[in-house]
Amino acid sequence: MLFPFSNPSQSRPRIVVTGAGIITALGNGWAQNASGFRAGKTGFKPVTLFDVSKQRAKEAALATVPAALPLTKLSKKDEKRLDRAGKFLICAGVEAVRQASWDPSEQTPIVLGTTSGGMTLGEAYYQQALGTPASQRGQPTRVNSYFSQAQAVLLGKACGMAGPITIIANACASGANAIGHGCSLIWSGRSERVLAGGYDGLSQLVFSGFDSLQALSTTRCRPFDAQRDGLALGEGAGVVCLETLERAQRRRANILGEIVGYGASTDVHHLTQPHPGGKAALQSMQAACDFAGVRPEQVGYINAHGTGTPLNDQAEAQAINEWAGDAVPHIAVSSTKGSIGHLLGGAGAVEIVICLMALKEGWLPPTAGTQQPDALCRFKLIRQPEDKKCDYALSNSFGFGGANGSVLLRRWA
Amino acid sequence: MSDPSERSRIFVHGCGVVSPAGWGLESFRQALENGEPIPPTEVPRPGWAKPHRIRQAPTPETRPAFMSHPRLRRSSAISQFAVAAAIEALGKSAAQVGDGSMRLGIVVCEMTGCVIYSRRFYDETLRDASTASPLLFPETVFNAPASHIAALLGCTGLNYTLVGDPGTFLQGIALAAQWLSGNEVDGCLVLAAEEADWLTADGAYLFSHSAILGEGAACLYLRADLPEVKPVELKGITNAAAFHDAETRRQAAQIVRYESPMGGGNDLLCDGQQGVPRLDAAEEAAWATWPGKRVSPKLILGEGFMAATGWQCVAGVDALRRGVCEQAVISVVGHNQQAIGAHFMTGGA
Repeated sequence: MLFPFSNPSQSRPRIVVTGAGIITALGNGWAQNASGFRAGKTGFKPVTLFDVSKQRAKEAALATVPAALPLTKLSKKDEKRLDRAGKFLICAGVEAVRQASWDPSEQTPIVLGTTSGGMTLGEAYYQQALGTPASQRGQPTRVNSYFSQAQAVLLGKACGMAGPITIIANACASGANAIGHGCSLIWSGRSERVLAGGYDGLSQLVFSGFDSLQALSTTRCRPFDAQRDGLALGEGAGVVCLETLERAQRRRANILGEIVGYGASTDVHHLTQPHPGGKAALQSMQAACDFAGVRPEQVGYINAHGTGTPLNDQAEAQAINEWAGDAVPHIAVSSTKGSIGHLLGGAGAVEIVICLMALKEGWLPPTAGTQQPDALCRFKLIRQPEDKKCDYALSNSFGFGGANGSVLLRRWA
Repeated sequence: MSDPSERSRIFVHGCGVVSPAGWGLESFRQALENGEPIPPTEVPRPGWAKPHRIRQAPTPETRPAFMSHPRLRRSSAISQFAVAAAIEALGKSAAQVGDGSMRLGIVVCEMTGCVIYSRRFYDETLRDASTASPLLFPETVFNAPASHIAALLGCTGLNYTLVGDPGTFLQGIALAAQWLSGNEVDGCLVLAAEEADWLTADGAYLFSHSAILGEGAACLYLRADLPEVKPVELKGITNAAAFHDAETRRQAAQIVRYESPMGGGNDLLCDGQQGVPRLDAAEEAAWATWPGKRVSPKLILGEGFMAATGWQCVAGVDALRRGVCEQAVISVVGHNQQAIGAHFMTGGA
């Protein structure tokens, strides 16, 4: 039963990550992405998926859809139902589950974040509905597969998981909220393990939407740069295998890192603009750290939301400055959106995987593209890859509609 | 209220609803009592001579005051439905959110979401992307309704938008119960909302030519403390039984039936029947031996996807409050994800 709760937790279990999958414009998998960030690479290309001739912006960080998906229980028919977003999700999910060596389970919850699920299928449906209204060929499949729950069901099938599916659509914070919610299921004793992550594929509607808002950079995405002029979209997925430390140790799993805190808040200032002082961002960061009992000076690295828009970066910088107080000059901050763009519903999850990499391997990813940091950056803005061992990393995600989420990770030593 | 054991019971403190029958609980209740399907409206389908038929929510008799809020003046119908249902459910407690004396959580559940503005914006993009309206795009995101509710109430705490098939609303209730029992919030609104458009009717038409879409919203205001009057308690939510084809869908419906109360003559089943035998068959088979009364809001109001599950819950809770039944059982057999059930009882003991 989902309610009443049969297993109220007496003490909060520790949560570790035993598997992590990632696909971005820098590559497919942990190794390709880690080497890409360590080399300071970027993944921006001209958009060729749809017509951008009338858009202000012309580039995005496009991920490469693998020629073949990993071999799983998905049939060829199942694979055909997946659009590029769904394929990214399967790649990251299968990588995570295989890395964790998880057994199949009918109980393991799946928690995913996305903003648009199978939007490209919805677009194809609409174009056919108007272009050839008498033809229904392929339309029923598009309808069914458009919904993100259909993609989540296929992820479950591919990974051997058939537990309850929860999909959080909290705009750009979706991925962080999904992993945070996955953790809360374990902390509260509802489950011993959860498969959680976020994903999104680039779609014409969303690209046009951000372009219409003049939120896309027409030059180069430069988070926290004094001359920044907007964000660049990206695509991909990040998925993690969360489980209790006790369970992981019992089965002698390889532990990648620990998740120790999660905070969420809502910014009611404006539908698309953050409070200028970063009030809700501050609330989210504080909540994550308070939950873990961690002080700002203990946090060695922040993977900022850092979109590169004038308003977001200003609000987030103010929030970090206020949150960290006197410790702020010692806190390393970067935005990986300068390398892989903004993955929207996938952003939080992918950036949590990047934090895991950074903690485990002892390096910090750069804020690619940024030349002259904004004067508001009182923290140490990382502009070149560097080696550094941190004990704690904080991942921030702040989205449309004021949805905010922060996740705090600890290095596994 | 910090002891989790004191917060393990969950009570319904308010309900709100918008449906093709009208804005508010009273019109909804009357429509179910009358038992007559709401007449559909014909909505032109581009490229077809034959229009789609949709049960639309009527224009409210008086313009709700909240629509003058800057956030809501250009919002889509789904946001307006959701806000109206939230305000009705919250009642006088809204003041406590505004003055900061109550931590309110918000869970909004959608299946098709903000489809009207999405369709309009994409249409503008295809015609000429350089002139696509920046006013439309922000209202296309799934969490726009949740954001508007939070802004209107001044609510800065936990706020999730869940998407999925219609059973997701019951998962949303379980999420609210988790937040309440964990003392993360003092109260929680759980909403279901949908808006209908020729595009969604078009998609539904592919699966059934006789299904008629409905639109609207429903809201339950949940707390862990006992309400002063007419207490209704959430007694259970079954596991979400996942399915991936017709056979496993039938099995999932049976699992939910097995996990639900057997029921008695004075109990009410609020089911998801919509009068389309092929789509209704799995649920019908699972609940064939139900001994009590039944109500099927979709037969009256249309296939409202997530909103329809909300209507089922509000119908059950309202019946309990009015003493029509002793126990209300909700059955949801979703479209492409899960079957799930819930049950409520008059509470207080």
